[in-house]
Amino acid sequence: MSVAPTSTREPGGERVAVTDYVTVFVDGQLFGLPIASVQDVFMRGQMTPVPGAPPEILGLINLRGRVLTALSLRRLLGLADPLAQGAMVVGVEHGGESFGLLVDRVGEVLSLPVSDRRANPGNLDPAWARFARGIYWLPEGLLVVLDIDAALGLGGAPAEPDGAI
Amino acid sequence: MDDILREFVTETSESIENVDRELVRLEQEPNNEQVLRHIFRLVHTIKGTCGFLGLSRLETLAHAAEDLMSRFREGAPVTSEAVTVILATIDRVKLILKGLEEAEREPEGSDEALVEALERLARGAAAGPPVIAVESPPAAAPEPPDPTARERPEPARAPPARRTDPVSRLPVTPGVQSVRVGLDALEGLMTMVSELVLTRNQLIDISRRSELTEFNAPLQRLSTVTAELQARVMKTRMQPISTAWQKLPRLARDLSAELGKDIELVMSGAETELDRQVLELIKDPLTHLIRNAADHGIETPLERMRVGKPGRGVIRVSAAHESGTISIEIADDGRGLDIPRIAALAVERELATAAEVETMSEAQIARFIFAPGFSTVREVSHVSGRGVGMDVVRTNIELIGGSVDVSWTPGAGSVFTLKIPLTLAILAALIIETGGQRFAIPQVVVVELVQPRNSSEHRLATINGQAVLLLRDMTLPVLRLSRLLGLPGEDRPVDDSFIVIMRVGKRSFGVIVDAVFHTEEIVVKPMSALLKGLTFFSGNTILGDGRVILILDPNGVAAAAGDAPAAAGRESGEADAALGPLRQERTAFLVFRAGDGEPRAVPLASVTRLEEFDASRIETLGGRRVVQYRGDLLPLVGLGPDGAVPASGVQPVLVFSERGRIAGLAVDEVVDIIEDHLDVRPVGQSPGVVGTAVIHGRATEIVDVAHYLPLACPDWFEPNEQSRASGARRVLLLESTPFFRGLLGPVLKAAGYDVVAMADGQEALELLESDRRFDALVLDVEAPGVGGFEIAEALLGDRRAPLPIIGLATRPSRETLDRAQRLGLFEFVAKFDREGLLAALADGLQAREAAA
Repeated sequence: MSVAPTSTREPGGERVAVTDYVTVFVDGQLFGLPIASVQDVFMRGQMTPVPGAPPEILGLINLRGRVLTALSLRRLLGLADPLAQGAMVVGVEHGGESFGLLVDRVGEVLSLPVSDRRANPGNLDPAWARFARGIYWLPEGLLVVLDIDAALGLGGAPAEPDGAI
Repeated sequence: MDDILREFVTETSESIENVDRELVRLEQEPNNEQVLRHIFRLVHTIKGTCGFLGLSRLETLAHAAEDLMSRFREGAPVTSEAVTVILATIDRVKLILKGLEEAEREPEGSDEALVEALERLARGAAAGPPVIAVESPPAAAPEPPDPTARERPEPARAPPARRTDPVSRLPVTPGVQSVRVGLDALEGLMTMVSELVLTRNQLIDISRRSELTEFNAPLQRLSTVTAELQARVMKTRMQPISTAWQKLPRLARDLSAELGKDIELVMSGAETELDRQVLELIKDPLTHLIRNAADHGIETPLERMRVGKPGRGVIRVSAAHESGTISIEIADDGRGLDIPRIAALAVERELATAAEVETMSEAQIARFIFAPGFSTVREVSHVSGRGVGMDVVRTNIELIGGSVDVSWTPGAGSVFTLKIPLTLAILAALIIETGGQRFAIPQVVVVELVQPRNSSEHRLATINGQAVLLLRDMTLPVLRLSRLLGLPGEDRPVDDSFIVIMRVGKRSFGVIVDAVFHTEEIVVKPMSALLKGLTFFSGNTILGDGRVILILDPNGVAAAAGDAPAAAGRESGEADAALGPLRQERTAFLVFRAGDGEPRAVPLASVTRLEEFDASRIETLGGRRVVQYRGDLLPLVGLGPDGAVPASGVQPVLVFSERGRIAGLAVDEVVDIIEDHLDVRPVGQSPGVVGTAVIHGRATEIVDVAHYLPLACPDWFEPNEQSRASGARRVLLLESTPFFRGLLGPVLKAAGYDVVAMADGQEALELLESDRRFDALVLDVEAPGVGGFEIAEALLGDRRAPLPIIGLATRPSRETLDRAQRLGLFEFVAKFDREGLLAALADGLQAREAAA
């Protein structure tokens, strides 16, 4: 996954490398998805369940003629799964396929300086650590940077160390 | 890479494949001038182009080969040795081409020995009629290339006769214009067209539900154009199967030499076209089957002579189109399958126990050759590999939705039959529902649809919790699809369901589903890599209404149905015979296309005539479309959502007439008249559709003529003068299925009867107890619970004046007819036979009055 700076800005004439994140909320936690990997954000519509699929795969969605495989970010993160399995879908591409990540809510896009990103805290749940690529301390709380490739690599087959399928 | 060079490599690689094939032909028919000329031309072209590009190794080789070839053209005998050397040269050329492709220059190496052999042969072959001596030209002096320099005089060493030969002119083929297009460009085009087809389907669906009619005409055009575009793009992907066959003659020849056998390869149907994606996927299985036939099938010449066969064995490869699939046969005239040995090996490899093998039929034992890790050759030969072959063949063929089967005659040979889909991209599928979810089943595997209530034709029972269906005299394993997929609906009564009988290879089985809808051409989208592990689904698609549905993988479902070859111990031949009754009681259907291009049908008996009218002759009268026809006005109605009749071209029309009235149904195209068994299954609430029947292996919508004709002729079902005069007789109609009730009720009313239509036999019986004012009964004997027979039985004991009873069945069997006779039914009519019903009813009433 690329968390490389997407742009630079110059507060006070000083050049600072920043990354743009689409922020999403899952179970009250703020996550950041690098904007380069996000293709669409849309309301959850009709979904076709796939019998026998792993629990984190909720089904298939038709997005303008493309078929997206929908995954529950809640289930990927091992969170409680109330009836509302996410109202919004973030469309991402991985390995030439389209996926939809179901989240509770989509927030604004944040430009965060690369230098502000901190390493995962040591006590982060291993289930989360696999997808987390560091954190940001924001005034409103912690933002966890989500590695989409790692998250999708874990959807079906057992996880491989590099998170690839 | 340099464009010219790349072009050269591509082109030469293609023509070299041709040389391979042609050479083997030449060896078999050394006197075939045409073949010889063809090969010579190919070699000549390669030589010319190499010289032009300064590829000296290639040029020297081609040149030496050409010289030898020209000796043949002058009449020298074509020896097996010469062909071997030329083939070796071709192999070398391929090697150099590969090097060229990778490194953009000729790889290092010496071809001296080969060139020498070629020259030696050319000299040897030159003995006989005196010819001009051949000198090897210096490699550095390239020949003028063809065709760019063809006006220039040929080098002096060439025999003068060659200059006037058509060969030198041939590279410029006049009239054929083509452009090389990359495969990915075609693939991209196909993807876009697939999306267009889906969008078109969605639009048609929306327009069906919408009140607006102004979209209909442009939508109709869009639909036609899309269909045409789809067909044409598909066509660009089609290639003759011979492209997958090119290597086979060479293979057979090499195998002959390697195995010390004399093998002739005969190919037919090479022009049969199929999708190139499919072609790629069948190359390896084909190669393997040829190897297998040469290695295991064909005997050595000595063995063959001993049993009185000609020393030369023949492998026949043939291909043909067969209703939406390609059938490829690889037949050899060898020894056939050694069943006792296969059985012994199956036991040895622990694929089955001795006791199991004992009870198996030969066809079942034969299928062990497709089992993983099975090989009948004790010593592993390097020709057919290590016994991994046949199961890989089967797996690969099944992966693309095909099947492979074997039949044999001991001592006379075996035949492997591959059934391959024409294309992988678009597929006709039957849409079904189970556990509240819809799925698509590929049409090719659907044999028939059955309603699981017990009738004279089929019985459903369970053995130790496993459902089995007795269909005619075949026992089939039956699965509940909802259970298989872990969906809700376990406690749903089976009586309301349908059983889809599927056939994968020679295995038949039934799948219980909740509802059956229509057939749709679907664009197959692959499953996500995250879901590849699911064996029950082969892909997904977007339906016309925009919802995503999963495509069931028949192979996965078949595996779950038990891997027993053929159904319940029957050999394939017998299984066919058991499915035979399907074909014995046939009904002729008129199959046509209208609206969205899906096949539809009406029973041929209901159609009075087929006509074609020029659209300019169709007039509008009082808002209705009519055409003057045999001194009358024929009102027309279309099958589209609005009943519109197209305004241009020649319009095919199905003409119907009943009781002196006529009306026409305008269709897009009359496809065929097909005889098949009449087995109509209801679909959901679809106006205008009676149900779905499998006609010629395709689920086809049976159009409800009764829905459309009143649109053309509003008083179609009004009682006419004649019938009204006859006085209203009171008829009880018991028909359990809503669509036949809806179909027959109006017919009877139109004929002037006072009809009481009922769905439930018990209620009908109760009504009959209390209400005596009926003149005749029309009873569905297939109704669940209390059906026509039960009512007839109950009425037998009744002392009242007997009522004429007309029995109704979709397809009366002999037992049904016997029972009808025993119970004194007046007559028996097929549910579709409306005229027959009216006639029977009239006769019955007449007989009753005569008796009274």
